[in-house]
Amino acid sequence: MATMTYIEALARGMWEEMERDPSVFLIGEDIGAYGGAFKATKGFLEHFGEERVIDSTLSEAAIVGASVGAALLGMRPVAEMQFADFVTCGFNQLVVNAAKTHYRWHLPVPMVVRLPTGGYIHGGPYHSESPEAWFFHVPGLKIVAPSTPHDAKGLMKAAIRDNNPVIFLEFKYLDRRMKGDVPEEDYTVPIGKGVVRREGSDLAVLTYGSTVHFALDAAERLSKQEGIEASIVDLRSLAPLDKELIRDVVRQTGKALVVHEDHLTGGVGAEIAAWITEDSFQALDAPVRRIGAADVPIPFAPPLEEVVLPTTAGIFKAMHDLARY
Amino acid sequence: MARIEVVMPQMGESIAEGTIVKWLKQPGDAVKQDETLLEISTDKVDSEIPSPASGILVEIVVKEQATVPVQTVIAYLETDAAKAVPVMEGPGATSPTGAGVQSSGAGAGSAQASGTPATVAQSPGAGAGRAQAPGASAASVQSPEARDAGSARPAGTDATTAGQGTATTGVAGKGRFYSPLVLSIARTEGVQMDELERILGTGDGGRVTKKDILGYVQARKSGTLAPPPRPVQPASAPQPPGPQAKTVPVRSQGDQVIPMTNVQQKMAQHMVNSIHTSPHVAAIHEVDMTVVAKHRAAHAAVFERSEGFKLTYTPYIIDAVVRAIKKYPLINSSVEGTTIVRKSAINIGMAVASENGLIVPVIKHAEEKSLLGIARAVHDLAERTRGRKLTPDDIQGGTFTLSNYGVFGTVFGTPIISQPQIAILGTGAIVKRPVVVNDAIAIRSIAYFTLSFDHRVVDGMLGGMFMDAIVKNLEGFDAESEIK
Repeated sequence: MATMTYIEALARGMWEEMERDPSVFLIGEDIGAYGGAFKATKGFLEHFGEERVIDSTLSEAAIVGASVGAALLGMRPVAEMQFADFVTCGFNQLVVNAAKTHYRWHLPVPMVVRLPTGGYIHGGPYHSESPEAWFFHVPGLKIVAPSTPHDAKGLMKAAIRDNNPVIFLEFKYLDRRMKGDVPEEDYTVPIGKGVVRREGSDLAVLTYGSTVHFALDAAERLSKQEGIEASIVDLRSLAPLDKELIRDVVRQTGKALVVHEDHLTGGVGAEIAAWITEDSFQALDAPVRRIGAADVPIPFAPPLEEVVLPTTAGIFKAMHDLARY
Repeated sequence: MARIEVVMPQMGESIAEGTIVKWLKQPGDAVKQDETLLEISTDKVDSEIPSPASGILVEIVVKEQATVPVQTVIAYLETDAAKAVPVMEGPGATSPTGAGVQSSGAGAGSAQASGTPATVAQSPGAGAGRAQAPGASAASVQSPEARDAGSARPAGTDATTAGQGTATTGVAGKGRFYSPLVLSIARTEGVQMDELERILGTGDGGRVTKKDILGYVQARKSGTLAPPPRPVQPASAPQPPGPQAKTVPVRSQGDQVIPMTNVQQKMAQHMVNSIHTSPHVAAIHEVDMTVVAKHRAAHAAVFERSEGFKLTYTPYIIDAVVRAIKKYPLINSSVEGTTIVRKSAINIGMAVASENGLIVPVIKHAEEKSLLGIARAVHDLAERTRGRKLTPDDIQGGTFTLSNYGVFGTVFGTPIISQPQIAILGTGAIVKRPVVVNDAIAIRSIAYFTLSFDHRVVDGMLGGMFMDAIVKNLEGFDAESEIK
């Protein structure tokens, strides 16, 4: 067991898979000599060589398109978008080619697209986007969203081994803030399985990524100050969703709050809330509530960013109100 | 051959729901067309509802004391005596002749075959759409076919849904919301609706939470639950509104339990609602009514001879209020969300005590009326209030209210605003007092007037200036003027 940061752990996952399987390779902008914008691939070029650590052109369409082609020929590419925001330039390759190829020709497309995602880093409107809702809507793509170093490594390895295109959300806010124990041995975290991070009987919070930690902080405060006990579910995978787990915690508590950093309107939380009301209407003791970013671009200025993005205080208040409903 | 739905009639444009006060007929009773079938109460006016057709009352869907939206089916009439149970002697199924009664038969064929064509004014068949009795004085009826054929009806208000009628009605009557989970638990645990209504709610607004009902079920199982008080009224009777609804009643022997009438309940709701809605501030001004008192005394006898009723202070005060509103029209407003709606018409509500409770009929377009016109309107409304002859529209549309509690000897009070208005004038008793006039002590007829105003809209300056205008209008009243 070693203590690692979030980004070290996901890098470790890539490293182990490249050691284990020669068909795995990396492609992205400045990932080689420079080691990547967030240094996730530092040292990879020196160890694995330039055939397996490819510095690409400045074209997300080319990176994703080349990955699709390589995957069709039996490789397992791991593509890095420098910031999740930039994936829009590779949207067609992902949504049309990567997602539909297996449906149309029965050919697997085993590839991972890494998306350094989210705000809380004062990155402004072009470097803070949460892209999951764009892909959540697309059949044929898997989406994982680890919130801990342990899951970052385990989900990375699972994503690389999966025969489907997998969107891997890396929460930039967690990169170096989040440290934790990571087993040194080979393990994976199953895609499509969430985990209960905290047990409580008064309400359930369903969340993923950075906001898992805000929700856990809010839950501790709520327990100390009000004696309200919340279950915190870390979804870990968005596609497929762990509906069994969601059903279980919702039916245990009767109250659900969905929290994500992505914009509220049309977000993953909307789908989860709708599904809960369809699936468990008679088990609901309160309307399903949602928290997400305001429907505006993410601002640069830290005080504005704090207003736009979900905060521990905002989650605390929503949990409190829902418990009191 | 006709089974006819009796629905809650629309008693005035803005009335959305009505409460059944009393059924004068019971299932099995024969009823003639236009004979009073039931009494209902909407907001503050009670009305007798005539039967839309002759026949036999076969089913009462909505029980007494329950409140349902207009157009909800409240009973069924059977105009075919042979089909009604029990069978009544004589031809109970005389053909209904009122417009708006539509056959529930499959069409003209079956209605005619029975020899009692139920459809008279309406063209036969389901395509005719909704049939409604003319005017507000008769219960509207419609056939099931007409409804099925697509006539509009508010969603979720159909109290006829088998097995859910009582529950729906009970909730509507109580105004308490139960979450899907609470209702699921109630069903699983066999908790009846009347039990549910007695559970103390600890959630928002007294809502019964999951914990509340689970606690109740637990207590019931372990036998620690006190036996529920035997309700005097049917279990579906609404509890009195307000916070006291949540407290556990403690009763001693000899205590009387008096169910609130519908008017009392509405008054209670309105009062609590108003206090919660508007931050009330009171401005109290002293008014020298000597000039008005003298004017009234001088004209009282002639006035009573010519008009047939007594001249009171109320028309003088309303006249002074209307002139003050014209000077400060913002007083004549209501709040809608984050907007203020300044009303063009000045409609003065005047609180009238009656044996039926406090009722506030409205003098419409007071700004167009002379002192005499106001006096006549005041008299007309007061008479009709006490005679229970008000129409629902008589009590609607007020933009400012006058409460003359001075008649009971009250010197000053702090009245509660009638929502959605933003101010109310309370007038205390006119009492002769020694006051200083031109640095000498004089005996004058003095009253204290209170303006309770909504501080969301009206500040102390406007409230004070408005009151000052009323005072000046009264103190500066032209003593030589004639009443016309």
